[in-house]
Amino acid sequence: MNEQQQTLWQFMAQQADKLAVQTLQHVGLTFISLLIAVLIGLPLGIYITRRKNFSGLVLGIAGVLQTIPSIALLGFMIPLLGIGAKPAIVALLLYALLPIIRNTYTGIIGVDASVKEAALAMGMSKWQVLFKVELPLAMPVILAGIRTATVINVGVATLASYIAAGGLGEFIFGGISLNNTNMILAGAIPAALLAVVFDFLLSMLQKLNFKKVKGAVKIAPVLLVLLSGMYFIPSAYGSKLTAGFTPEFMGRQDGNLGLQSKYGLKIHTIVISDAVMYKAAQEKELDVISGYSTDGRLKAYDLVVLDDDKKIFPPYYAAPVVREDALRKFPELEKTLNLLSGLINDSVMTVLNYQTDYLHRSPERVAKDFLEAKKLYRADRGGNAGVVRIGSKIFGEQYILASMYTMLIKGYTNYNVATKTGLGGTKIVFDALTNDQIDLYPEYTGTGLLAILQASPKTVTQLQASKDSTYNYVAREFTKRYQLKWLKPIGFNNAYALMMREKQAKELRIKTISDLKRYLDSK
Amino acid sequence: MIKVEALVKTFGATKAVDGISFEVAEGETLALLGTSGCGKTTTLKMLNRLIEPDSGSIAINGKNVMDEKPETLRRGIGYVLQNNGLFPHYTVAENIAIVPQLLGWDKTKTDKRINELLGKLHLDKKYLSAYPNELSGGQQQRIGLARALVADPPLLLMDEPFGALDNVTRAKIHGEFKALDELKRKTIILVTHDVQEAFELADRIALMDKGKIVQIGTPAELLFHPKNKLVRDFLNEQRLQLEFRAIKVTDLWKYLPDGGRKTNTSSLSAEADFWAVLEQFKFEKGEHISIQHPSEEKVKTITFEQLMAAYSHYKQLQAHE
Repeated sequence: MNEQQQTLWQFMAQQADKLAVQTLQHVGLTFISLLIAVLIGLPLGIYITRRKNFSGLVLGIAGVLQTIPSIALLGFMIPLLGIGAKPAIVALLLYALLPIIRNTYTGIIGVDASVKEAALAMGMSKWQVLFKVELPLAMPVILAGIRTATVINVGVATLASYIAAGGLGEFIFGGISLNNTNMILAGAIPAALLAVVFDFLLSMLQKLNFKKVKGAVKIAPVLLVLLSGMYFIPSAYGSKLTAGFTPEFMGRQDGNLGLQSKYGLKIHTIVISDAVMYKAAQEKELDVISGYSTDGRLKAYDLVVLDDDKKIFPPYYAAPVVREDALRKFPELEKTLNLLSGLINDSVMTVLNYQTDYLHRSPERVAKDFLEAKKLYRADRGGNAGVVRIGSKIFGEQYILASMYTMLIKGYTNYNVATKTGLGGTKIVFDALTNDQIDLYPEYTGTGLLAILQASPKTVTQLQASKDSTYNYVAREFTKRYQLKWLKPIGFNNAYALMMREKQAKELRIKTISDLKRYLDSK
Repeated sequence: MIKVEALVKTFGATKAVDGISFEVAEGETLALLGTSGCGKTTTLKMLNRLIEPDSGSIAINGKNVMDEKPETLRRGIGYVLQNNGLFPHYTVAENIAIVPQLLGWDKTKTDKRINELLGKLHLDKKYLSAYPNELSGGQQQRIGLARALVADPPLLLMDEPFGALDNVTRAKIHGEFKALDELKRKTIILVTHDVQEAFELADRIALMDKGKIVQIGTPAELLFHPKNKLVRDFLNEQRLQLEFRAIKVTDLWKYLPDGGRKTNTSSLSAEADFWAVLEQFKFEKGEHISIQHPSEEKVKTITFEQLMAAYSHYKQLQAHE
């Protein structure tokens, strides 16, 4: 673990503004979607008690929606609704539907038939039976459904930050990317507390006796609307352009923090997942995004990189990081991994990324084609002299590199390979390495310096001069602190970059980040 | 009061009710008697349109029930269910006030009426703010009856109203039921599978089987002049007890000896059934019982042997008719 430079409490106090905004957004998202889900689910649930032949169909569809993984559901929403609150609310409401419809249905079906018959026989109309008998008697069951839906929504709403809808997920996923435990906890603890508190409050409501429920049922909609409204409190400001930054970029000294302190850039910013950011920029949902200079989508979506004229983005040279005990265990490993060093420069990597990200070729195919073109490819020897475990982060470039290393090790040595690709963020993959879950993974010098070593701003400024100084510092510190070895750099520099649509950048005559600031400051 | 003609109801392929016709006079109690699945409950529920008939007509006081909105129709007909059907989320007071509320009564009128009914049904006022699940089965059934009677409907439909009660409670409520003056002027249609209950409470009985009325008549008519084997078999099992219920002392009056020694004990009305007189013997210490005939203004004091002699005389005559 990294040394804790500050306690969780200090972090939360320092970030109190952000925490408050994210919590409000989180509560808002949860309850807007819940409100809409109740408005749809309750009448639908009532309807299928009247038309029983539809009940199987409706419950079936709601059940299928429930099984779609949340990330995938959010992904489906983007082409339809873009990014931001709309798709997040729709996705959340789809998850909330099943428990609400199902419990409304079972609740009403479960009302004692003789009570319903008595109500009719006393001369109540259909609506009177519904509002005076069926709904009040089904209310504990319906409330249980709403309670389930609320807890589900509080959980799933953390993912909303992936599509720029805000919420406590910003801290959680930012923290995972930045290897910042305090940040993860600052998001995760309030999210868990929200779930527990709402669950408790709703359980109280459920347990109230019939008399009091009559009043509570009238208060509940008002409360729902109030809680829903919280989402709109924070977003009452705007600017000429909208920026979309990844959670990782938001919290980094060489990211948004540096943009603010060194450039004084003030731009309306939303937090968004790397996976949808480029698409959103192309579709003009976003104007400025944080990306990687070797990203294949740069080419695919006609984006240009803004020149970092004040040099706040340190170099991000990629190199494999290996456990020292693994190097001893597998004597031929270092030599084999170094076959790739210096071979891939920025433009080559961009083309390789373009092939996977945009042409949708598999990373294995791209890796094999490249090795064959360089005449490095050798057939699998089927070796069994031990298993080398290769990890990777969860984006295309890392998959390609992991594939190349796999093929080289299998072709040149008698070792076998197990891959653990797609490990969420820097923290997850780095922890896997230090905890001996994997033997190596490709890392970037800048990430090592800032996210893992958490070097002080002074050190960073000193090292910024050349690419070698950063590499040397990182390699030295890793050996000292973690018994991990940085092998030779692969060649390319996948640095952070701000990018805009080429056409818009030309129109506004923005070439550098300073240009961007000037444009934003001009009224 | 109520006239039913050629009523038919089919569920899928089965004819639940197959061309039923009957009439009930004002103030009369008719029991629809039969085994489960004979169509008696379906018939009852068609009367207030809880079930819509396929064909046939129902007229209440000459008015076709199909011409009225079902809600309006039902507010004017009392209904008592087997499982009482009280609203668990309403207090006793709220439960009884359902129909007055639907009819738009003001609170004073409702409260006054509820208090009046509670007194008649021997229910304590403290129950008014209780919820149904806090009451015993017998109390719940009384509340169910109060709810049906609160708006003083001329017609009362009862679907196995005492079916869920144990024997002791049922016998007690039967007694109260017969004694309740509220019910004496009402036209009542009662569904039951309990032969004794039908004999005890009904003026006339319609014995049903497979959706049809097999025989309709007074308890004595069914007992002593069964139309066919089915009716006889249906009543056979408890024949003796039923006979005791069906025979009134007025039926035996002419076979009882005049005079006899007058006793100081309270005298019984001749309208009582044979069973009631027998029970009286059980509890009287003396050998003699005085019976007063309502119209003849005459008292006969008899012994147990004299009563039994009159009974066998009556039975012999019935058999030879």
